[in-house]
Amino acid sequence: MPKKKDETHRMSSLEKDLIKKAKEADKSRKYVLKLYVAGITVQSSRAIKNITQICEENLKDRYDLQIIDIYQQPALAKGEQIIVAPTLIKKLPLPLRKFIGNMANKEKILVGLDLQPKEENGNKD
Amino acid sequence: MARRKSKLKGIEKCPTGIRGLDEITQGGLPRGRPTLVCGSAGCGKTLLAMEFVVRGITEYNEPGVFMAFEENAQELAKNVESLGMDVNDLVKKNKMAVDYVHIEKSEIEETGEYDLEGLFVRLGSMIDQIGAKRVVLDTVEALFAGLPNEAILRAELRRLFRWLKSKKVTAIITGEKGESTLTRHGLEEYVSDCVIFLDHRIINQVATRRLRIVKYRGSQHGTNEYPTMIDETGLSVLPISSLGLTYPVTTSRVSTGIPKLDTMFAGKGFYRGSSILLSGTAGTGKSSIAASFANSVCEKGEKCLYFSFEESPPQIIRNMRSIGIDLEKWEKKGLLKFHSSRPTLFGLEAHLVTIHKLAEEFKPHAVIVDPITSLTSIGETVEIKSMLTRVIDFLKNEKVTGIFTSLTAAGNAMEQSEVGISSLMDTWLLLRNTEIEGDRKRMLYILKSRGMAHSSKVQQFMITNEGIKLLEEAK
Repeated sequence: MPKKKDETHRMSSLEKDLIKKAKEADKSRKYVLKLYVAGITVQSSRAIKNITQICEENLKDRYDLQIIDIYQQPALAKGEQIIVAPTLIKKLPLPLRKFIGNMANKEKILVGLDLQPKEENGNKD
Repeated sequence: MARRKSKLKGIEKCPTGIRGLDEITQGGLPRGRPTLVCGSAGCGKTLLAMEFVVRGITEYNEPGVFMAFEENAQELAKNVESLGMDVNDLVKKNKMAVDYVHIEKSEIEETGEYDLEGLFVRLGSMIDQIGAKRVVLDTVEALFAGLPNEAILRAELRRLFRWLKSKKVTAIITGEKGESTLTRHGLEEYVSDCVIFLDHRIINQVATRRLRIVKYRGSQHGTNEYPTMIDETGLSVLPISSLGLTYPVTTSRVSTGIPKLDTMFAGKGFYRGSSILLSGTAGTGKSSIAASFANSVCEKGEKCLYFSFEESPPQIIRNMRSIGIDLEKWEKKGLLKFHSSRPTLFGLEAHLVTIHKLAEEFKPHAVIVDPITSLTSIGETVEIKSMLTRVIDFLKNEKVTGIFTSLTAAGNAMEQSEVGISSLMDTWLLLRNTEIEGDRKRMLYILKSRGMAHSSKVQQFMITNEGIKLLEEAK
């Protein structure tokens, strides 16, 4: 079906509307996050502080953050294929993602958690 | 200095249980330290590492941990199953722990500084769980592909190897060969106590495996390239350096199996433990004389090992039966053992290892190699000579009498052995056909026989259906 220019424009604005609605629906999605740390080191506490802050700011009341010390539960490290500490695993929503490091790169985490689309990020810069 | 040194113990060794490797390292790998095993793909690194752990458990009762980065536990267990290693059983018995470390770079996002504590924890918990004395990391270099920050990784690996030392475990770290370095990511910088290099090369379309100890801090070791083989029992290294001209000799004699031939050797036959060359053109009766000898060895209740490069065991048995020699009954009694293989089946080195291994297992009193000249299809004369030197040295050390047949090509000088090994032989029996009055007569004479009086007569003989008969009494 041939489209006129203004029609396509209208279509895309409709799409934008849909995306907006979908995002609002997304906002009710619950996040399940697990942070694996190795004891109470500087890196561990920095990671805990950083990720808690990110969650509080962006996912208030809809996240479940578990902090696991692999020294206490080495079996979990094996099961989750943890090699690096700290490691954050986004269990839900799917797809599963892993973040390594002390969670200092906030932008990267927000993109990875699907809280800040890559394109928008690029437009701002 | 030297005297003081001998009082000191030197570094403690951890035996690998791998045939030959413990000999060239004079006892095994450095205990409580990491060893780097490197080589190109398919050279047997993983197998060496796996044998180190499995034999550590089964032969030395030292539990071990195997951390794999490339294959998962099921794959690993399956791969070594055919070599008679039951990994799953050892894991069940809590003697062995296997962990598969897997990193998918695409699903990892780097967000700041980190360390490899996760790996340490996993390794540490396994070591503590089974009380491991041995650890294998195969291949830790896989981490370079999975983790983005090389600087952190290098610092962490350095820490890992130090930590392994502090855990007092003997470790093997494997690494893929790099272009100009021993390993692709320069692991040799961190693991410097002992480095073993495995090589797998193709010469004349035949694969040969070699092993070399590149360095071994605080210990003497063999420095040559040693022929290596992988067979149904795992890896074998041939410790050729342990041989030399120091073998014991004896004055006791063994019969040639042909009574009248014995009389040509002052009535007693060959020296036990000597090496004998039977040479001649095609159809002169080399194999028949060798078989007569094998028969007489077995008649005395001694054991004989027969390597054939041209005929299958049933064919040898059938052919020898036609001249009245029944080899089958000796084979059934376990006194005679055949090993037939085409020379081109594997490289010279592998043949050497096979001869070595069978001789060690079977403990024969005599060995027959028939014929050595067919080895020319897989190697240069120089290589064959060096291989046969090793075989002869080995047999002499074990006081095993060795008979080697050699085919002289028509037109070549009779008194020249094809692969130039006559100087290695103690006794040389030359066979020839001569045409006299329209008949082909079989002749034999002793070209040399070190250390004994021997007949200088050219003796006519016949191959009858009751064995080999010399025509007239030699004096």
